[in-house]
Amino acid sequence: MSVYVIAEHRDGQLKRVTLELLGELKRQNITAMAVILGGPEAAPVAQSLTEFGAAKVVFLESPELSQYSTEGYANAIHAYLSTQSPMAILCGATSQGKDFLPRLAAKFQVGMAADCIALKGSGTSFTVTRPVYAGKCTKQVSFAKTPAVFSVRPNVMAAQVKTASSGAPEKASAQVGIIRAKTVEVLAPATKKVDLTEADIIISGGRSLKSADNFKIIQECAAVLGAAVGASGAAVDAGYASHDMQVGQTGKTVSPKLYIACGISGAIQHLAGMRTSKVIVAINTDPEAPIFQKADYGIVGDLFDVVPKLTEAFKKLV
Amino acid sequence: MNVVVMLKQVPDTETKIRITADKSGIEKGDIKWIINPYDEYAIEEGLKIKEGLKAGTVTVVTMGPDRCVEALRTAIAMGADNAIHIKEATEASDPFVIAQALSAAIKKENPEIVLCGKQAIDDDGSAVSGYVAELLNIPSVSVVVKIAIGPDKKDAKAEREVEGGAKHVVHCPLPALFAVNKGINTPRYASLPGIMKAKKKEIKTYSLQDLGVTAAATMTEAGYELPPERKAGKKIAGDTATQATELARLLREEAKVI
Amino acid sequence: MIGFELSEEQLSLKEMVRKFVQNDVIPVAAKFDASHEFPHDLIKKAWENGLMNGCVPEKFGGLGLGVLEDVILNEEMGAGCLGITTSVAVNNLALYPILLGGTDEQIKEFVVPFLNEPKLASFCLTEPNSGSDAGSLTTHAKEDGDHYVINGSKMWITNAGHASLYTVFATVNKDLKSKGIVCLVVPRDAKGISVGKHEDKLGQCASDTRAISFENVRVPKSHLIGSVGGGFKIALRTLDHTRPPIASGAVGAARAAMEHSIRYSKERKQFNQPIANFQGIQFMLADMATNIEAGRLLCYQAASAIDKGDEKKGGYYSALAKRFSADMAMQVAIDAVQIFGGYGYTREYPVEKIMRDVKLVQIYEGTSQIQRVVIARHLLQD
Repeated sequence: MSVYVIAEHRDGQLKRVTLELLGELKRQNITAMAVILGGPEAAPVAQSLTEFGAAKVVFLESPELSQYSTEGYANAIHAYLSTQSPMAILCGATSQGKDFLPRLAAKFQVGMAADCIALKGSGTSFTVTRPVYAGKCTKQVSFAKTPAVFSVRPNVMAAQVKTASSGAPEKASAQVGIIRAKTVEVLAPATKKVDLTEADIIISGGRSLKSADNFKIIQECAAVLGAAVGASGAAVDAGYASHDMQVGQTGKTVSPKLYIACGISGAIQHLAGMRTSKVIVAINTDPEAPIFQKADYGIVGDLFDVVPKLTEAFKKLV
Repeated sequence: MNVVVMLKQVPDTETKIRITADKSGIEKGDIKWIINPYDEYAIEEGLKIKEGLKAGTVTVVTMGPDRCVEALRTAIAMGADNAIHIKEATEASDPFVIAQALSAAIKKENPEIVLCGKQAIDDDGSAVSGYVAELLNIPSVSVVVKIAIGPDKKDAKAEREVEGGAKHVVHCPLPALFAVNKGINTPRYASLPGIMKAKKKEIKTYSLQDLGVTAAATMTEAGYELPPERKAGKKIAGDTATQATELARLLREEAKVI
Repeated sequence: MIGFELSEEQLSLKEMVRKFVQNDVIPVAAKFDASHEFPHDLIKKAWENGLMNGCVPEKFGGLGLGVLEDVILNEEMGAGCLGITTSVAVNNLALYPILLGGTDEQIKEFVVPFLNEPKLASFCLTEPNSGSDAGSLTTHAKEDGDHYVINGSKMWITNAGHASLYTVFATVNKDLKSKGIVCLVVPRDAKGISVGKHEDKLGQCASDTRAISFENVRVPKSHLIGSVGGGFKIALRTLDHTRPPIASGAVGAARAAMEHSIRYSKERKQFNQPIANFQGIQFMLADMATNIEAGRLLCYQAASAIDKGDEKKGGYYSALAKRFSADMAMQVAIDAVQIFGGYGYTREYPVEKIMRDVKLVQIYEGTSQIQRVVIARHLLQD
């Protein structure tokens, strides 16, 4: 009875969430197998997977798996694992993971837990913690049947670092079955501006920017994070930013995961527009600025100095 | 062209979550119930498909306690033709159990298209849609923002959103299931005439026994908890280079927002 | 005595209108208030969703909504914007005279078209020299063969600039006072009608208010609603039906003002604590809540009485509802601005608009003073 991690990869690279899963299992001393699917061209990435702590890597290879498909993955994984008595099947709660795991679990006739932020395994069972009600609370789920099937939220657990390879991956025949839903075209993302009210991350500039041109500093930082750019009412009134960028009482109300306020004092009008942000960062030269009272993290400093350095720091992380 | 839309009644997004004393769930006494917002997009898409083809019916189905009937009536008021209520008082959360019941009811309707929202905003599982498609043995596409039905109505192309903002155009034969995302359409209001008419519409009711479903949960849940209190903010020390690096690290490792 | 619960349908109606207001009205309310632009598209959308002309009976293809449903609808709309509410609600006011006093043929001819197209109608009673003393109106309707010829002018007419139909109250003989009044349906395109400029009002700026002048305007006698001399009674009955919803609009506006105040007082800190901790603020909020609830119940009671067919009781309760709701809403709005302090006095915050909008409710559809006259008359009659 083994624990199986379904690896995810794209463009020849393993997705970090796969390494996070392997890392967490290793930390808990749980032996894990890794399963990777792909066409023949995925052989190198399957090999690289052997360096991340799995006891064994199984490569389900088929030209039909060169392209991801819901049924291809669910069918092939089920066909293989149903011969292995899996105790648990895990994957990242990514676009792909959320897509095939339910069909896979249905084939095993068990329930599943999605987007888990913690897992605790003993030799024979798992308990997982997952957010519900849009993250307003969490619950713990235990599995009454095997396999225990669950997906894990990316970027929550520490990734496994590279170690010695466990040897060449074991190749197993990939029974993809009949794939009815196939991707026939990929549409590149549009370059249109993310709407502030929909953005996950917003970096806003205040009147301290002193000119419309200086907003470039904010834009460069935002570009690294894929963030949207906002502005305070004062900056808009001074002509440094357009009104559609305004966050606040007479602008937009936003609730991103991360809100970074640069050179914004934190007047009540601005706060009204962003106070429900999950994490608030403030950068301001004035240590008494009201915004620091609402910020989770603060840097007392000059934004012209701090923001470019932040841009560099973010670049190193991404 | 028969379309079945699965919908779920969930607590309103503004609901203040209170955990029960025994941590087995949330307090449900004072809650305002709504149609899962993602399912509203599905209902609208079903209505648009029917209107576009000028033929077919839209049937909505939900599983849950008696209060769910209100959600069905709202869907009828929006324009759905029929409604099915699978009575289930325990509010099961195991997607396998839920899908068994839904697929049993849906099978009787023999639809060409099954629609639902990509996830329910209470459990956020995003799983039931895949389970239902598997149990019905039909192809499925999730996180769909556009559906185009083929000219002979035997197949469809759906645009699916993936990470990074790209979209995959997925082709599949019908019958098929599509789990839709916000942005696919703008749901219409339940018009006042619709609301008045909905009261008189008959709703088909099934029990789990009627559908031959054994509600044996394969998972148990417990230990509901509120997330830790928002800590007082910290001012990061050091010179600017240090502050910047430290902030980036904290945002990634502690706050986990980048 | 039955319980105070609304029915499932009424709750669905309330929820639907609340959503419409949340998504479609509130985001644009301040814009229309500032620009005075007429909210054409919004009115069309309200019509498309069945929010207008609800009073038209089912037998003519309408929804046959009672006054209670209208009250529920208007509270939700009023919480969004009173100006927009007035623009949408006034169709009922203009069409009720025909529904209450007209023949089935007249209803089919004049009212049913409003169910088929998003058209507007205006109720034309008030004149430059007759407001509260509505019976003293002087717009004159002279018989001329098969027609009436109308001469005179009306004032403060809602939707005048956009209506396709006017319900006009005129007199055939000034000496008969209110007993000489007739109700005539006048199409907008009749010759001799000229419409004044959009009045620049203190509030409810999204509502179109104008003077209308009639110069030898001819309408066929078939446009006479009810009998000669019966017009005033039709006007009064109409106002009884629309007074509860109008009052309810004020209840909604007051509710919005209170909700803004509650939110703000929790966030605004002075003396190291949210101002919500101070009894001075708490007492204002408590009084707001009490008065809003009382106003709402008076509106429900009035609507209930009218829907049951008791026009006498309905008239009495309508006056109570209108008088109380308008006056309490005014106080609530003033207190809301007070709670917001300096910020409340600026257009950046939503409460000064409510204060400006609500003032009109104390004036139109019968001033608060006239309501008191009506109430006292009921109390003192033998």
